[in-house]
Amino acid sequence: MRHVISVKVENKSGVLARVAGLFSARGYNIDSLAVSQTEQEDVSVMTIVVRGDDRIIEQVKKQLNKLIDVIKVSDHSEYPSVQRELALVKVNAQPSKRSEVYQLAEIFRAEIVDISLKTITLELTGEPEKIDNFIELMRPYSIKELIRTGRISMNKE
Amino acid sequence: MTGAEIIVESLKKEGVEHVFGYPGGAVIPIFHQLFNAPFNFYLARHEQGAVHAADGYARASGRVGVVIATSGPGATNLVTGIATAYMDSVPLVVFTGQVSTEMIGNDAFQEADITGITRPISKHNYLVQRVDDLARIIKESFYIASTGRPGPVVIDVPVDVSKAETRFAYPEHVHLRSYKPVYKGHPLQISKACALIERAKRPVIYSGGGVISSNASEELREFVRKTGIPITTTLMGMGAYPETDPLSLKMLGMHGTCYANQAVHDSDLLIAIGARFDDRVTGKISEFIPEARVIHIDIDPSSVSKNVQVDVPIVGDCKQVLAEINKTVKAPEIGEWIDKLKKLKAENPLTYKDSEAKIKPQYVVERVYALTKGEAVICTEVGQNQMWAAQFFEYTEPRTFISSGGLGTMGFGFPAAIGAQIARPDRRVVDIAGDGSIQMNIQELIVAVQHRLPIVIAILNNGFLGMVRQWQQLFYDRRYSHTCISFAPDFVKLAEAYGAEGIRVEKKEEVDAAIARALAITDRPTVIDFRVDREENVYPMVPAGKTIKDTITRELL
Repeated sequence: MRHVISVKVENKSGVLARVAGLFSARGYNIDSLAVSQTEQEDVSVMTIVVRGDDRIIEQVKKQLNKLIDVIKVSDHSEYPSVQRELALVKVNAQPSKRSEVYQLAEIFRAEIVDISLKTITLELTGEPEKIDNFIELMRPYSIKELIRTGRISMNKE
Repeated sequence: MTGAEIIVESLKKEGVEHVFGYPGGAVIPIFHQLFNAPFNFYLARHEQGAVHAADGYARASGRVGVVIATSGPGATNLVTGIATAYMDSVPLVVFTGQVSTEMIGNDAFQEADITGITRPISKHNYLVQRVDDLARIIKESFYIASTGRPGPVVIDVPVDVSKAETRFAYPEHVHLRSYKPVYKGHPLQISKACALIERAKRPVIYSGGGVISSNASEELREFVRKTGIPITTTLMGMGAYPETDPLSLKMLGMHGTCYANQAVHDSDLLIAIGARFDDRVTGKISEFIPEARVIHIDIDPSSVSKNVQVDVPIVGDCKQVLAEINKTVKAPEIGEWIDKLKKLKAENPLTYKDSEAKIKPQYVVERVYALTKGEAVICTEVGQNQMWAAQFFEYTEPRTFISSGGLGTMGFGFPAAIGAQIARPDRRVVDIAGDGSIQMNIQELIVAVQHRLPIVIAILNNGFLGMVRQWQQLFYDRRYSHTCISFAPDFVKLAEAYGAEGIRVEKKEEVDAAIARALAITDRPTVIDFRVDREENVYPMVPAGKTIKDTITRELL
């Protein structure tokens, strides 16, 4: 099952390697990882999306809690949360195809951030599933380049 | 004050008496200060020897072991020792030198990313980037190493940090918002545990190394006295409860007693205390305890329900939790169970087929036990020697059996014996060794000679890497691939070359005299080369991943 694990950590060098090491040591590939500052200057938050056996993920969460620099671990797959991601998509769009791309972009409220003779670059934020869907719709136009920030997640009150 | 002076002053503040290590370029400023520091410094002859000695010291004394080595190869030579201490939860503070901060990452001479290398094998580690942080980091390191589930902490000190100056102020307190070990067990869980205990019909206590690290031996004994529940210990837990007591089932697991394994298997309640359900204990996990409910007391939440589903987890310090349980627990009615185990114990003793023509390794261990009146501190190497030392010696006190349990580090025993002898000058320390393991850190012999440590090194010399040979015999068609090491040095001459005493024993009737002679020597180590039966095996044996039904005993062969 896919887990979205949010880890609050001390904002220090080496912490990311410690956290990532607990996954890699078990042969788990991290699907996405977003690291940023929080409301506290000396605290960072890592949002990790990882697939794996529930029992092993449970063990990894306990091991995360054991790390000296980890302040709090929460599994956002267990509670209602707001999850967002940002993507930049560069698609091939000859002038003849542009209007189709514009229309789809409008439906998804994607913003056009760059246009060249042959390509359009779109910026899209939203739930990761929405981004998945948008990318699927863009595929027929041939995606030249795609980049996603990885999901960030906040528990609902 | 310079960084190097701060290290020395901080160690003083921590009450450190003994330091183990080896100098090198990046730690010259630190060694400059160690020259007249008020510590006993033990110069190992290989950094691995230093870290194992600090480990043995920590295990024998219950205090934090301190090691200092240089950058690069000095630091990487410590790696096995750090991993050994990590696996067995031994508190160490390990200082490594590092190239100067502006050179880090440049592949500088003798540079290694030791914080990167030791990240998964240390409880925590630090790269000191500013001298202003040094005192706080040392304070935190001693705190982290010795609290909660203990473990090694590495402090990597760049050479420019050692030389830089700042005002020294050793912090009074540690502020780590993210590290707060839980010591006190949850009262509700404790009362649940007591209720289960009182109703149990076939309970067994399974006690591990955590009881020893938390100094909970007294509380454990009180718990057994109050409840009358039989007790088995892990390899790491030996000595927490006297094995001479009728309620002791001795060690369980792969080479544990048949009665301990049977008792655990048949139990309806398993009380795990400071133990972690290691695969060498459980064998095939699904058939380990088919009928038992489980109470698990452990300070490390990640140990709970890791391998076995636990009914009543109690996260806390073994000593405090047991003391709480002892206040209210009532003894269950288990007369029938005790009678059954008594019979089981009488019918399946740990034995071996003795011989007059050959020296049996088990016989040597028994004689060491007899001639030291069971009062020696026993260190072991890893393999058959380790298992025979566990089986044929009766441990009655905590911190008297010192062995690399988790990592299984060959070459650990002898340097650990050096540390143990330093920690316990009042006791004789005996390293039960194999001819393979002893050669892995034999260079440390000179340290024992230099410091006049009267360690007895009893080599059970069978000319084989015996445990691997045993597996090859039992499971790999007797293909003794590269396990025959009879092409060996003359251990007596080797001992003499180092200035130690060397004794060779080739006949059974010489065994006692040799041990007595070694014990009479009090100013230098003695190496006894016992030429034992070459193909003796360790029994009983539950093969890896199998169940107690598959136990191999001597009779089946």
